[in-house]
Amino acid sequence: MSVTNLNIKSDAAAKPTASIVTLSRAAPPSAGFRMPGFVKTLADNVLPPIITLAFLLVAWEFLCSSPTSSLPAPSRVLEESWALIVDPFYVGQGTDQGMFWHILASLQRVAVGYALAAIAGIAVGTLIGQSDLAMRGLDPIFQVLRTVPPLAWLPLSLAAFRDGNPSAIFVIFITAVWPVIINTAVGIRNIPQDYQNVAKVLRLNGYEYFTKIMLPAAAPYIFTGLRIGIGLSWLAIVAAEMLIGGVGIGFFIWDAWNSSLISDIIVALVYVGIVGFLLDRVIALIANAVTRGNVKA
Amino acid sequence: MSKSYLSLEFIDKSFERNGVRSDVLTQVSLGVEKGEFISIIGHSGCGKSTLLNIVAGLTKATTGVVLLDGQVVDAPGPDRGVVFQNHSLLPWLTVYENVSLAVDKVFSRTKSKAERHDWVMRNLDLVQMGHAKDKRPSEVSGGMKQRVGIARALAMEPKVLLLDEPFGALDALTRAHLQDQVMQIHAELGNTVMMITHDVDEAVLLSDRIVMMTNGPAARIGEVLDVPIARPRRRIELATDPTYIRCRSAVLKFLYERHRLVEAA
Repeated sequence: MSVTNLNIKSDAAAKPTASIVTLSRAAPPSAGFRMPGFVKTLADNVLPPIITLAFLLVAWEFLCSSPTSSLPAPSRVLEESWALIVDPFYVGQGTDQGMFWHILASLQRVAVGYALAAIAGIAVGTLIGQSDLAMRGLDPIFQVLRTVPPLAWLPLSLAAFRDGNPSAIFVIFITAVWPVIINTAVGIRNIPQDYQNVAKVLRLNGYEYFTKIMLPAAAPYIFTGLRIGIGLSWLAIVAAEMLIGGVGIGFFIWDAWNSSLISDIIVALVYVGIVGFLLDRVIALIANAVTRGNVKA
Repeated sequence: MSKSYLSLEFIDKSFERNGVRSDVLTQVSLGVEKGEFISIIGHSGCGKSTLLNIVAGLTKATTGVVLLDGQVVDAPGPDRGVVFQNHSLLPWLTVYENVSLAVDKVFSRTKSKAERHDWVMRNLDLVQMGHAKDKRPSEVSGGMKQRVGIARALAMEPKVLLLDEPFGALDALTRAHLQDQVMQIHAELGNTVMMITHDVDEAVLLSDRIVMMTNGPAARIGEVLDVPIARPRRRIELATDPTYIRCRSAVLKFLYERHRLVEAA
């Protein structure tokens, strides 16, 4: 009885097992074998948003198809702004530039303001995280200041700098700095006692503690702050540039509105959205690369 | 009277919170000889971890003094290698880097770079973790992490090795394996070891003497038991060894008859 059972089992099991073995042997050397899986993941991730986008465009086209519609349909956007779309590197007079140059000008302002915010934010956050006195002295003030909307700083910075460009950079700085400060401070306050004990037993000095324990332990928090900060910077730059003028995506949008070029505004919004998304992804990628392995072990 | 190698003298520890004083340890005095393996056993909350932290220098005693090799202990330092309960490896460093962090710090002046590398590898090999040197702590098992923790502590060439319930978080088989390894290392290197534990078998198996703590608050040393079993000890033979059985039941009697934990668990 048991012997027959065993035979049946092994018979039934033999075929699938054999085929699995051959599969797993064949899979690693041939790259082509993995392709279907790869293509499938790609399709799984790319197809749904494309279908959604197509659906939205069709709905939009339909809703704005009437000739009296106040907003242009996608087909009209393509038609009216075709020059803008196909030649992003166009160089003209004054603010008459291709989209690329507008975006680049905005990105430069963000880069300067954001870099300053990252440096100052991590430094001040470290101070607050380390020292109770600094925490008590600075935190209440920061909690009030961080609620001031970015654009509310603009008139003040214009008064101080008497120039549009540094004012816009200052607005970026003041927008991005709070989340960096607060997250860095939280990260440093949350360094586990265990790691601090290790540092004490090894008698790490201040510099060694900072580089070997504090920064790596707080890195996930710091990058959360940096990621929030870059998002806010990009939000603020468009608004700030609308007011300061010059080359920049914010002013481009405002200028297009003043010239009733609604289609150009839509093209610009697509650019703003994509660039904002890419900025966020870049910081996320850096965070992943830097904090690799920095998981709770 | 000649002082012991590691000497705890009249240690009192009390915490004060909102003006309420709570005594943790009272009048703890203990001498540990060089090369001796001492276990401190007691119910949870008896302050045994506090005692170890005082010896490590991580906590300050309210009164009393700890002397190691004639020096007063008042701050943490690499002459007292601590193996923490939850391994405390830095997760962003590899196994090798975790040990080399300690080695580079302690031997920065006395050993060359090549010597330090050899020393890291020797200590990793000692706990049989040389093969996993490039793994991160999250990629190795709990027992392996604790072995790296031991290697890190040993690599500092501490005068005394402090083990804070080092095997508490491990499963029984891994724990037995690590106990054997610790015994072997102790036999090889002759370290002075102070281990906190709540495991009676572990205490009897590993120790030369077992220090039994009374229950807190205001815990003190209740009894010190000699474990006169010859080394090397083998756990299978010990199971029927009369001395082992006598020591084991002495500890059990202390913990569960005379100093039973009365509060609800």
